[in-house]
Amino acid sequence: MAVAEQQTSRQPTQESGGRSWHTIVLQTLKRNEISLIPYVPDRVLTPLIKNLHADPFFTTFATAREEEAVGIVSGAWMGGRRGAVLMQTSGFATLANVLASLAVPYQIPLIMFVSERGTLGEFNYGQSLVCRTMRPVLDSLALEHHTITRLDELEFIADRSIKQAVTTQAPVALILNPLLTGGKVFDK
Amino acid sequence: MNTDVSARNTKVMNRFDVTSRLITKLKHEEAVIGGIGNTNFDLWAAGHRPQNFYMLGSMGLAFPIALGVALAQPERRVFALEGDGSLLMQLGALSTIATLKPENLTMIVMDNGIYQITGAQPTPAANVADIVAIAIGSGLANSAWAADEEDFERLVEEALAAREPRLIAVRIDDKPGVGTTRRDPVQIRELFMHGLGVREPL
Repeated sequence: MAVAEQQTSRQPTQESGGRSWHTIVLQTLKRNEISLIPYVPDRVLTPLIKNLHADPFFTTFATAREEEAVGIVSGAWMGGRRGAVLMQTSGFATLANVLASLAVPYQIPLIMFVSERGTLGEFNYGQSLVCRTMRPVLDSLALEHHTITRLDELEFIADRSIKQAVTTQAPVALILNPLLTGGKVFDK
Repeated sequence: MNTDVSARNTKVMNRFDVTSRLITKLKHEEAVIGGIGNTNFDLWAAGHRPQNFYMLGSMGLAFPIALGVALAQPERRVFALEGDGSLLMQLGALSTIATLKPENLTMIVMDNGIYQITGAQPTPAANVADIVAIAIGSGLANSAWAADEEDFERLVEEALAAREPRLIAVRIDDKPGVGTTRRDPVQIRELFMHGLGVREPL
């Protein structure tokens, strides 16, 4: 985590008021009244998850599987409460069925934040392979997705994408690239 | 605990009959989530209500979807109908619900030990596992088998006044659902949102 923080800090900060990527994500969620945050954890997402837990505006909790989290935020949306799911690349790889049978056909604005593993310094071959399945799955369903690499673009992309998901009633995947977060690098 | 599942003293009931009994008890626009296949077919056949949601896929997600509704609308009672085969796909959801403790959520499991809709193949749990024991072990202390129809109705009455999540398991026969849900996902979702008061029709 220290490595990730360190690498994040080399990003230009003046455009973002000195805020870290995870602070921007948290503030963007709050501004868009997204308060329900089920997640399957990821090392890179740890500071975001920690701060979400610490903020009483959010109901933040772990689920056993990513599709379970998708079911929860789908139900919450229909009940009038907005949510977003946090996961890593390998978790996204478990979602093809629920995307194709729930989120897309029922027109649910499913908001996904995916911490991208498997690229830019991956040390686990399985992670690098599973990463290659992610964009083809998203493209096969014509789902909106953005890979965010720059701190100064994060707020614009996240805020606009959330608003577009809600107004067009369509899912969106926001992929948090190692260039933004520092990623996870080989340490032990 | 008696682990001999063949020696259960619970009556074998019928999914449509039990579902109809549940619906009859609902007087306050309670939400009902019907799981994939026969579970929502019988919910549909019991008579469409604006607060019904029918799944057309995403096997195993009836309880998670119901949890989301329950968290969004804590003042509304939410029921979820799920098959045993579906539940086996998402056992972790039981612990998530046990952790969050939504007091307005009741889970009903229709257990026939088979994948009825695909040709009645037995589930891997059919002869060895106990759904209620699994639920209790997952942290849902208020989980019980319904002994018969009368007992099911009693458990539903209790659930309607409950202050914590409940699970009711029902042993059912091998009959298929008696209706077929109209497979229009956008209308299902939109009408459900109208039924929950989230949206007005155009």
